[in-house]
Amino acid sequence: MGDGSVGRRSRRWLLVVAAAAYLVVVYSTFEIDHQRLLEGADRGRLFVMGFFPPDFHTRSSDIFAGLLESLAMTVVATVLGVMLSVPVALGASANLSPKPIYLCCRGIIILSRSFHEVLIAILFVVVVGFGPLAGVLTLSIATVGFFAKMLAEAVEEVDETTLDAIRATGAPPFSLLSWGVAPQVLPRFVGLSIYRLDINFRESAIVGIVGAGGIGATLNTAFGRYEYDTAAAILLLIMGIVLVGELGSGIVRRRLV
Amino acid sequence: MSPDPSSGSVPEAVDMLAVTGLVKHYASGETALRGVDLRLRMREVVALIGPSGAGKSTLIRCVNRLVDPSEGSILFEHVDLAAARGRALRRKRRRIGMIFQEHALVERLTVMQNLLCGRLGYVPLWRSLLSRFVEEDIARARALLDRLDLRGHENKRVDKLSGGQRQRVGIARALMQEPRLLLVDEPTASLDPKTSSDVMRMITELVEERGLAAIINIHDVPLARRFASRVVGLREGSIVFDGLPSELSPEDLLRIYGEDPSGLGETTGEE
Repeated sequence: MGDGSVGRRSRRWLLVVAAAAYLVVVYSTFEIDHQRLLEGADRGRLFVMGFFPPDFHTRSSDIFAGLLESLAMTVVATVLGVMLSVPVALGASANLSPKPIYLCCRGIIILSRSFHEVLIAILFVVVVGFGPLAGVLTLSIATVGFFAKMLAEAVEEVDETTLDAIRATGAPPFSLLSWGVAPQVLPRFVGLSIYRLDINFRESAIVGIVGAGGIGATLNTAFGRYEYDTAAAILLLIMGIVLVGELGSGIVRRRLV
Repeated sequence: MSPDPSSGSVPEAVDMLAVTGLVKHYASGETALRGVDLRLRMREVVALIGPSGAGKSTLIRCVNRLVDPSEGSILFEHVDLAAARGRALRRKRRRIGMIFQEHALVERLTVMQNLLCGRLGYVPLWRSLLSRFVEEDIARARALLDRLDLRGHENKRVDKLSGGQRQRVGIARALMQEPRLLLVDEPTASLDPKTSSDVMRMITELVEERGLAAIINIHDVPLARRFASRVVGLREGSIVFDGLPSELSPEDLLRIYGEDPSGLGETTGEE
């Protein structure tokens, strides 16, 4: 017994020594220009100082329009995405769907998850042009990948005997969904919708940077004009809205369990 | 509202259900049923007893086709359920109420909503989607709640009820279908002894009142003897006893349960 613990301790020491040696070797291969680091730090300080004080006034109408557009994109994309997700999620639930449909719907989910929003946004900007339409389409597609996957998981966890009980009444398939499945997944459905609304708002700021409309476009313009104080104001507003959304969704979710 | 709208359509002497040569092989290779024949008449309450794994659950699930049988026929109201599909199957399922061990209610819905689930086979789809049930169904539900001592609970969520109350909601849901046949799967397995006999008494009374027939899977032999009009013993997928509760001898029980002392221990307690 004693031997074993000694062996383990010495092995741990060996690991620490090896890691330290690795760090030293790696560090020696870096070419670090201390002069440039110092200059960069100075420039970085100026850049950060440029954010203060945040300027809400000069571009207030642009900011307001951008935020409004982002919020509109968020709501439309979430509603559209959730609506598209429901059939995909039901198809992707192994306990309800036959194998071919299951595989097909899982494929849709994987496809929509395999590309980052920014890539999809670039694609849609090319297809439908600059502006919020590209953003809405992007976020809707991204919503399907997330929402359908999570909803399918919830549907697969539904109590099987309860479904049998509804089937046993002679209920047609649609009634089975609305009376057997829906009540069981409803809390999860609402929770996920709100969560996705949150995500979509944050993403709407990102896709704007590649030209898909919303507050991201405003933010991008502010950076382009070196108006860091306006950019700071926009960032603060995004944070504020996300925070409010977080609080709101917490309240709704707690009520719905 | 007549509580028994279609009695008389089936004369008492005619079989309500005729299961013939029922075989079930599961995909896993197990054989759950090896040629079961079972006939049921109106007002008959058959207790299906046997060790776990004997095929009791498979048998009643084959009758309403929650499980698809491999061979055999199930004649119910002039239709072979073993061959029925789609709408024709659903139409017959409406006439077969099922009561589950863990009541299998939709937890987040109210008592009334759970009862209305029993009408899903009858109402047009749009009504069920908008949950606009006809007044007649709601009246039917209220009458059943009164009958099963659940008055005043209609707007409670079922997860707020006690085990015995939930089981009665399960029974009421089955009766909402206006069934001719009841399939009952271990109705008392999760209930205390007093509630168990209450539930069994209620089921047998309702069968008598409404001229139904029932198959009850039950592992509690004393309860089966007390309430059933007939006992069928199943072992390894075959019927090894079929007779009156009074005819069930210790040798028969040994034949049904084998050397399993737990099944026998329960029986010596009460008789």
